[in-house]
Amino acid sequence: MADARPASPASAEHPVMLQHHFDSPAQQKDASQLGMWLFLVTEILFFGGLFTVYTIYRWSWPSGFADASRHMDWKLGTLNTAVLIFSSLSMAMAVHSAAVGRVRRIIPYLLITMLLGATFLAVKAVEYTEHIRHHLFPGPWFHYPGPHGRPAELFFSLYFAMTGLHALHMIIGLAILTVLVVQARRGRYSAAWHTPIEMSGLYWHFVDIVWIFLFPLLYLIGRHIH
Amino acid sequence: MSAAEYIEPAPAEPRENYLNAGYGVRSWLLTKDHKRIALLYLASITFFFFLGGLFALLIRLELLTPAGDLVQSETYNKLFTMHGVVMSFFFLIPSIPAVLGNFFIPMMIGAKDLAFPRLNLLSWYIYMAGAMFTLWAVVHGGVDTGWTFYTPLSTAYSNGHVVATAVGVFITGFSSILTGLNFIVTIHTMRAPGLTWFRLPLFVWSHYATSLIMVLGTPVIAVTIFMVAVERIFHLGIFDPALGGDPVLFQHLFWFYSHPAVYIMILPAMGVISEVVTTFSRKNIFGYKFVAFASIGIAVLGFLVWGHHMFVSGQSIYAGLMFSILSFLVAIPSAVKVFNWTATLYKGSFSFDTPMLYALGFIGLFTIGGFTGLFLATLGVDVHVHDTYFIIAHFHYIMVGGAIMGYLGGMHYWWPKISGKMYPEGLAKFAALVIFVGFNLTFFPQFILGYMGMPRRYHAYPPEFQVLNVMSTAGASILGLGYILPMAYFAWSMRYGRNAPANPWGSTGLEWQTTSPPPTENFEVPPIVDKDPYIYSAEEVETVG
Repeated sequence: MADARPASPASAEHPVMLQHHFDSPAQQKDASQLGMWLFLVTEILFFGGLFTVYTIYRWSWPSGFADASRHMDWKLGTLNTAVLIFSSLSMAMAVHSAAVGRVRRIIPYLLITMLLGATFLAVKAVEYTEHIRHHLFPGPWFHYPGPHGRPAELFFSLYFAMTGLHALHMIIGLAILTVLVVQARRGRYSAAWHTPIEMSGLYWHFVDIVWIFLFPLLYLIGRHIH
Repeated sequence: MSAAEYIEPAPAEPRENYLNAGYGVRSWLLTKDHKRIALLYLASITFFFFLGGLFALLIRLELLTPAGDLVQSETYNKLFTMHGVVMSFFFLIPSIPAVLGNFFIPMMIGAKDLAFPRLNLLSWYIYMAGAMFTLWAVVHGGVDTGWTFYTPLSTAYSNGHVVATAVGVFITGFSSILTGLNFIVTIHTMRAPGLTWFRLPLFVWSHYATSLIMVLGTPVIAVTIFMVAVERIFHLGIFDPALGGDPVLFQHLFWFYSHPAVYIMILPAMGVISEVVTTFSRKNIFGYKFVAFASIGIAVLGFLVWGHHMFVSGQSIYAGLMFSILSFLVAIPSAVKVFNWTATLYKGSFSFDTPMLYALGFIGLFTIGGFTGLFLATLGVDVHVHDTYFIIAHFHYIMVGGAIMGYLGGMHYWWPKISGKMYPEGLAKFAALVIFVGFNLTFFPQFILGYMGMPRRYHAYPPEFQVLNVMSTAGASILGLGYILPMAYFAWSMRYGRNAPANPWGSTGLEWQTTSPPPTENFEVPPIVDKDPYIYSAEEVETVG
């Protein structure tokens, strides 16, 4: 088989997981980092489409959007923001632990991160349930009293699309962290090689940052406008 | 120059290469070798090319007569939609990058593989997964929105399988993103010692520019399709005018990707032409840096011109003016390339081998396609010919006359390296001629039809347009035959072709310095580069490697 070359790559006892087509660990790490940052650029553009639509519609229907955003529970939103910021802290601690070789601390930090991520999703589920109960999910069941019904439906369309996509990224993040925990239990990571933890950390921080933008746009701006 | 006699040293058993390194389905479906993945892509896109061609054939048959007699208008809508979807997303966008780029970028930079071999294989599986969704939609009755999925037709009114098709395009987009990402990282981190940026072959530069578009543009179409899909599935109202949503906003987002996507199709072909023109005129490229930066310039400007698709869609007249001016600017780097190729040809020591025929065809046809693009960038003219066959002819001159000519030229140029076999040169020249004649006969009459006012996307037309339509259909038949020929003789050559030498064209490219077909790790000894590309001087011309 094409990839079954004898003196090649990643075996567990090999401390540096050097794949056969790279010349050096430094080259491999450069490639991984550049690849991950490029991937995050694509993610920015992916979310960017939705942010663009949001911006244009907010511009077109300022009072409708402001009115609709008053149906958001800013307390739950703030709680979730705090939860995610702390999850980023524990993720950073997991990366740091790996980098300095304290490999035993990797798993606890990853588990804390996952717990906080799951908490975020649980709170989000509570909010979704509330919205749906109040007929705020767009479509045939949508019901919104007052003069701003149509822009409010636009607002909630974007709200569900944006936070839904963000939640999907959180779920994928949790799956990635699960893999990391399993691999860490097998003792795969060391100070010399912990690229997957580092790259997953970048992903996790990125997903947090998306929320840092979503939170004010959807919950806070315009609450005070009457 | 044709290949000189190659004396096989008559080895007892064939040398180990990437093709005989493993047999069986697993060795292909689980391969991480960029060369094998390129061949997986080759098989898949060839299938889609002929599927898209079949739709085109039915379209041309319907248009043979003025009356709508072969198919009903609904069926006709589905035919041109699926022709567009299949050809754009499943053939043209992956064609040169995923096959020739995948195969040759690592070899041209002296690397053993792309930076992320598993991601490379994953991209093919993602492509196939997307293809399955779209094929499902085709088999279950198709979709009728046009390949552009304009709202609110796509979100509210169409009865076709919009979601399945859109999901297929959405998924396939990620294979494009991964390919682009892989190329960028590979070109940055995997170059051989001594291979500086300005020693890179221009094929690599043009793929770098292409990859930038893939990475920066594709996510936007992905999220746009996501919005259309949630609007259709969950009744969210993002583009719904009844809620105050804006269907023209969809068009902006769609063309933000889909205009640069045109450059995803043409830039790799331009890369092929730079390689072929230098090799077969035995000259250094004229103005290397200009050609290299023209690729980047096209990629950058390509992101600033999407509004020229919406001159009559109700965007502001001032936006239209800006988009018109910016569209004219794209002509500058494109013209730089055409002039530099021409200057490279000047006083060159020519040989008219098949790849060169395609390259010369490309330069002529791309020039026609480009010039008519300037007509369309002119606001007043565009209002007159918008949504007519003039547009159809224009973009087919770019995509078929440009991108496919480049693709076929590249396939012929590198076929000896890919397969280790020579194709039959005489037949190949004949096929190139058939394709050139068939192409022009198909699409040149459409310029006239469009100018006379025949609209696109109708299955019936007034009788005075019939003569030109018959010419076009006749040309399409010739073109179709022309496309079958290379497939037939490439397949034939796999078994019966003469063994190819390492460097049949006497090219200076790094990919020709290794054996044909190459070993799995590409080079017996990792190469070190100590000179610029395209240094063709008398003493270095060696036909046999």
